[in-house]
Amino acid sequence: MARIEIARVSKIYTGGVRAVSDVDIDIADGEFIVLVGPSGCGKSTLLRMVAGLETISEGSVSIGGRRINDVEPAERDIAMVFQNYALYPHMSVYKNLAYGLKNRGTPKAEIDARVAEAARMLELEPYLERKPRALSGGQRQRVAMGRAIVRKPAAFLFDEPLSNLDAKLRVSMRGEIKQLQKRLGTTSIYVTHDQLEAMTLADRLVVLNGGRIEQIGAPLEVYHRPASTFVASFIGSPAMNLLPATVFNGGILIGDQLSGLSANLPNGHVTLGLRAEDLRLVTQGTGMPFTISFIEDLGAQRLLHGLCGGHPLVVAVSPDLDLPANIRLTIAADRLHFFAVDTGKRIEPGPAPVQPAQNGTETAASEAGMTAGF
Amino acid sequence: MKRVQFNNRFLPYLFLLPQMAVIVIFFYWPSIQAIQSSFYIEDPFGFGSTFVGLRNYHDALFGGDYLNIAVFTVWFTIVVTVLSLSIGLLLAVKADAILRGASAYKTALIAVYAVAPPAAGLIGSMFFDQHIGPFVKLVSYFGWDMKVGVNYYDTAFAMIFISVWKQIPYNFIFCLSGLQGIPVSVREAATIDCRSGFRRFWTVILPLLSPTAFFLLIINMTYSLFDTFGIVDTVVKDKAANNPVTLVYKIYLDGFRGNDLGGSSAQSVILMIVVFVLTIFQFRFLERRVHYG
Amino acid sequence: MKKVFDHLILLFGVFLMIGPIVVAFITSTHEPTEIYSKGLMITWGDHFYDTYHKVLLESGGFTGKVTGLSELRNSFILGIGFAVGKIVLSMLAAYAIVYFRFRMGVIFFWMIFTTLLLPLEVRILPSYAVMTKLGLVDTYTGLIVPLLASATGTFYFRQFFRSVPEELLEAARIDGAGPLKFFIDILVPLSRNMIAAMFIVMFVYGWNQYLWPMLMTTDESFFTLVRGIKQILLVWVGSQIPDYNQAFALAILAMLPPVLIVVIFQSWFIKGLTESDK
Repeated sequence: MARIEIARVSKIYTGGVRAVSDVDIDIADGEFIVLVGPSGCGKSTLLRMVAGLETISEGSVSIGGRRINDVEPAERDIAMVFQNYALYPHMSVYKNLAYGLKNRGTPKAEIDARVAEAARMLELEPYLERKPRALSGGQRQRVAMGRAIVRKPAAFLFDEPLSNLDAKLRVSMRGEIKQLQKRLGTTSIYVTHDQLEAMTLADRLVVLNGGRIEQIGAPLEVYHRPASTFVASFIGSPAMNLLPATVFNGGILIGDQLSGLSANLPNGHVTLGLRAEDLRLVTQGTGMPFTISFIEDLGAQRLLHGLCGGHPLVVAVSPDLDLPANIRLTIAADRLHFFAVDTGKRIEPGPAPVQPAQNGTETAASEAGMTAGF
Repeated sequence: MKRVQFNNRFLPYLFLLPQMAVIVIFFYWPSIQAIQSSFYIEDPFGFGSTFVGLRNYHDALFGGDYLNIAVFTVWFTIVVTVLSLSIGLLLAVKADAILRGASAYKTALIAVYAVAPPAAGLIGSMFFDQHIGPFVKLVSYFGWDMKVGVNYYDTAFAMIFISVWKQIPYNFIFCLSGLQGIPVSVREAATIDCRSGFRRFWTVILPLLSPTAFFLLIINMTYSLFDTFGIVDTVVKDKAANNPVTLVYKIYLDGFRGNDLGGSSAQSVILMIVVFVLTIFQFRFLERRVHYG
Repeated sequence: MKKVFDHLILLFGVFLMIGPIVVAFITSTHEPTEIYSKGLMITWGDHFYDTYHKVLLESGGFTGKVTGLSELRNSFILGIGFAVGKIVLSMLAAYAIVYFRFRMGVIFFWMIFTTLLLPLEVRILPSYAVMTKLGLVDTYTGLIVPLLASATGTFYFRQFFRSVPEELLEAARIDGAGPLKFFIDILVPLSRNMIAAMFIVMFVYGWNQYLWPMLMTTDESFFTLVRGIKQILLVWVGSQIPDYNQAFALAILAMLPPVLIVVIFQSWFIKGLTESDK
């Protein structure tokens, strides 16, 4: 159990490539942190620097108040679960679990007790004498977890541990990891490229892009207030619609068409972010014009793909909603996201003194739109 | 190399020490000695040696029958390579095509790999023996009065025959594993696209096998040059006089029978250069092969 | 119909490959005079015991110190010694090259791999000269160790070590294993199949050595079976009716152990061969 401080950490490879730049994360004791981002964003490198498998070029990492930059991986009091599990293929499950303890000179009785406890927790008891190749994917995954658990480390490090499993198993293992971590209360850093996994597991998310932190925050906070267009398009499914828009005298134009939306922003170009699930169809009145190109039925949801002001847009609606012939869209004003065109950073509009109150209902929204510009 | 490596001041040197010691003493030292003594003539009575520059090379290349032997070696290499490769490939294709008994055939066909070249040479030369050789009897019906060990061409024939026999298993093993490495889906796609099995072989299977074949070409060449020593020696039985021999055999003859250290060394160096070029060729090819697969 | 044709070709191939060995074996069970008059045999003779008893146990050669059994023993020493030496040297060297970052690494790598360029046959005379200087002629060391001066095994283990997943080393490091522990606990057990395959290929290679033993052993008590073939041929020169049966018996004895090993451990052997020579 320990707090992990990652302070201004960078990874610079020979040749000057910066894989990780100036990363600051302060992880509380028992917290579950998920590093998420596309491949090549530096999330694995960061994890491996914490593990001691990569040297730290700049900055410092401390675990439980102890600076561990130059400490051997084995002495950092961490345990790691690898993507391909990295089980020792020639050792039985028991030996795989016991190997790290044995190397530390843990007494035999203690090893037995810890392995038995981990095996019970992970329901591995019947398989202790088997070799990894005689186990299913899910069981191997459990052994990899077990190897981390028996060590009772200060921190768990997970490097995309579920990506080799099939979709169904992934969901159930995800739940198990979460429960186990809560039960043991061990500080954990978890790397994944799967935003759904990140959302469901994390106490706090760290979204990385190009070696830099884009945003740190609780999953819902990141979802509701993405700090940049990158985060906006990465977190949430389907990805947030990002449209080039222009603010003119408080009204918003998409392309060269008036959208019926408004915002208290200075005149100029912005990137407008609209979540598909926040958009509503308007049956009467006015709103953003929308022409459907094709429809995806997902069962619980129906995704309408189409064009709005010449730009592609996705709208998520209930599957049993009848589609009117002439569709217009609207959205609650507090569900609008604005980003700077050049930096992609989030812009917060000021309070809306000139606009009439918006209460978020469809009719009200469309009326608000009407008053705003049409 | 590995992404993560150990850093240790002396362990890697300790691990490399045995291998390096053996290589330095038994590879680099003799090789340098060979190059050095190729520029000297050793006094026949053992009173030192004289520097003679490139004379040994000149004598080696243009004196005696060196060029004849070189020409024979080239022919020998080409014939042995082509024959053993094509027979090995043929057998591999057939063994790959059948289902029943494939493993029995395989076992029978690879067994000869383990036979030592001189043992192969001994058995082979019995088949070509003047008195008891069934092969000699067989060809005498066709009016061929075969005299292995006496007639230059007859000896060459026997040597090639035995060398090919000994090398077929090697080619068979590699061709078969190459064939079995071709994905089933590719073969199935070819079966759908092309009706003629023969055409399929030429247009799909053989091109996919070409990396293996090219690799075998090089290996067969080094085999013909060096590993056939035991066969040549048992067929010729130390009576090199009128018989065809290979360059390696001549190095041995001049060095150990003729006690011509300088000449033999010069020949060694010439052969080193040939092998060097061949191997560089092979390495360059190997690199390409990686991209192929 | 096509299948029949395939089988015919394969049967002919088997006949071509195995036939001579079978004939050699059967002929070795006859007496030399009979062979001399009738040629090679395809029916079983009744001198199997005599011939092999004589070849294995009766002293021969010029000094009378050599028997088939002593040659058999020497062949095993050469085959096993060579294979074991090769595996130990090349595993250690490959481990250093693949798993360590050290300054001289690249230089050593090239020094080792240059040896692939020049087979022993090319540098035979200077090698012999070095051996005489070192006083290693007629010793097992002189017979075995110089043959180890090539990188084939190192190359093979290097390829294999590189294919071992990186995460295994990382997991082992987190589990507290240092370089020695990792090698002994993880890498060597992981390489078991590779070692077996390499052993078979190298055993056959060592057993079948001819030129080097011929130069390095003048004392007949160091002769191997393959080396003995040369001797039996030398004795022939000038004799009226050569001991065909004994020559065949010796050839059969010399090929029996490697052939058996290759046939019995076929899959390992093929793995070792196709992966080491690449």
